[in-house]
Amino acid sequence: MPNRRWCEELTEHPLRIVLAKLGFDGHDRGIKVVARMLRDVGFEVIYLGLRQSTDTVLAAAEQEDADAVGLSIHNGGHMTLAPRMVNTLREAGVGIPVVVGGIVPAVDVPLLLEEGVAAVLGPGASAAEVGETIRSAVEAARADVD
Amino acid sequence: MTREPAELFKAACGGDRRATGRLLSLVERGGADGDLVAQIAWPKTGGAHVVGVTGAPGVGKSTLVDRMAAAAIAEGGRVAILAVDPSSPLTGGAILGDRVRMNSALGAPAGKSPFIRSMASRGQSGGLALAALGAVRVLDAVGHDPIIVETVGTGQVEVDVVNAADTVVVAVSPGWGDAVQANKAGLLELADVFAVNKSDRPGAADARRDLELMLDLGDHPDWRPPIVETTATAGEGVEALWKHVCSHRLHLLETHSLEARRGGRAAEEVRRHLHNRIDGLIARPSEQVRQLIREVTEGLRPPSEAAQTILRSQPPGDSP
Repeated sequence: MPNRRWCEELTEHPLRIVLAKLGFDGHDRGIKVVARMLRDVGFEVIYLGLRQSTDTVLAAAEQEDADAVGLSIHNGGHMTLAPRMVNTLREAGVGIPVVVGGIVPAVDVPLLLEEGVAAVLGPGASAAEVGETIRSAVEAARADVD
Repeated sequence: MTREPAELFKAACGGDRRATGRLLSLVERGGADGDLVAQIAWPKTGGAHVVGVTGAPGVGKSTLVDRMAAAAIAEGGRVAILAVDPSSPLTGGAILGDRVRMNSALGAPAGKSPFIRSMASRGQSGGLALAALGAVRVLDAVGHDPIIVETVGTGQVEVDVVNAADTVVVAVSPGWGDAVQANKAGLLELADVFAVNKSDRPGAADARRDLELMLDLGDHPDWRPPIVETTATAGEGVEALWKHVCSHRLHLLETHSLEARRGGRAAEEVRRHLHNRIDGLIARPSEQVRQLIREVTEGLRPPSEAAQTILRSQPPGDSP
């Protein structure tokens, strides 16, 4: 199947993203706002919400044929949780980007990127910015796979 | 990522959930790949019990579906759930939040947990019904049984999706309306089984009475839809509900009415496909079609004749 087709599809069909919070992290105001933002810039958001595990996110990503995973993290666990998610997807052979949103100290951002996180979004990011960041991450991941 | 449909189908039949997920995307997108998937799946369909669940927003459909799935898994079923939610007509985006309520079967052993797919209506009028029916076929063909389809019961398309099920469960909750509402035409007429959910709340008995009154006025020669009180969040009444759903299936088989039901829908589905294709001829017009439309605009020929010419010149097997 020619690679070009998939690139065209990328623009033709709404992107699908799984949004979740991993483990014990009860602040779900942000993820709800982001879900709404992404809806408003044309994404199909598969909302998993609170208390998910890397396995439930992986299962959702596979069954929903998601283009990306978005993690909202507010409990300081990003250095543990985000790389774990990246590895879980990698081990399953699911080549989609993980984007992290929430409260992440600036010093940790390059470390997360090094661990394979595609992008980190902080508070104050606009809907357009969030959408564009995820869109580029998906495009980059697809180019990688092809 | 770029596996061919036939290869994906083989993997999906072997339990590869990612392959199933990808097949469903192809069906959802339609076009040549979607047609190919439909073709591959077709010979292996028809085995699954398709259960539609519908009702107004907030009556607890997703939680009911989750609990029914758990009941079906306990009986050894390989459950699939298709949850349809509306897309925003403005942006095409959607928040698909049904999965949030579907956790009770997560503890099931690997491979037993339900396959859950969320689908957005994507704003196409006839397209959703086709995509959803196509998705049900794929889930059936790769070995899922039963398949539970959930939609909000607002709008003709959602009704069509649910009506394509073998057994339709309509969920209501206390305070949903009264006997007059119950006698209005619509969703309630579709029900094979009623669930009065949130029955721990006041008004459950009234809701049941209103439904009973409605049913009393109707004619139910061989199957009077049972009414089951449920409290889905606590799992109460859900086993009884699932039992009724299964006896409805048995009833369809015993009275040989399953085939009749499905036959009636086949014509409807073919009609939809035709409709979609003809729509495509105008939405993505060829040069010939453009020219004909220009001629109609200029008064050179009547629209009916242009339509006739377009239909006559359609090459077979051309998928828009």
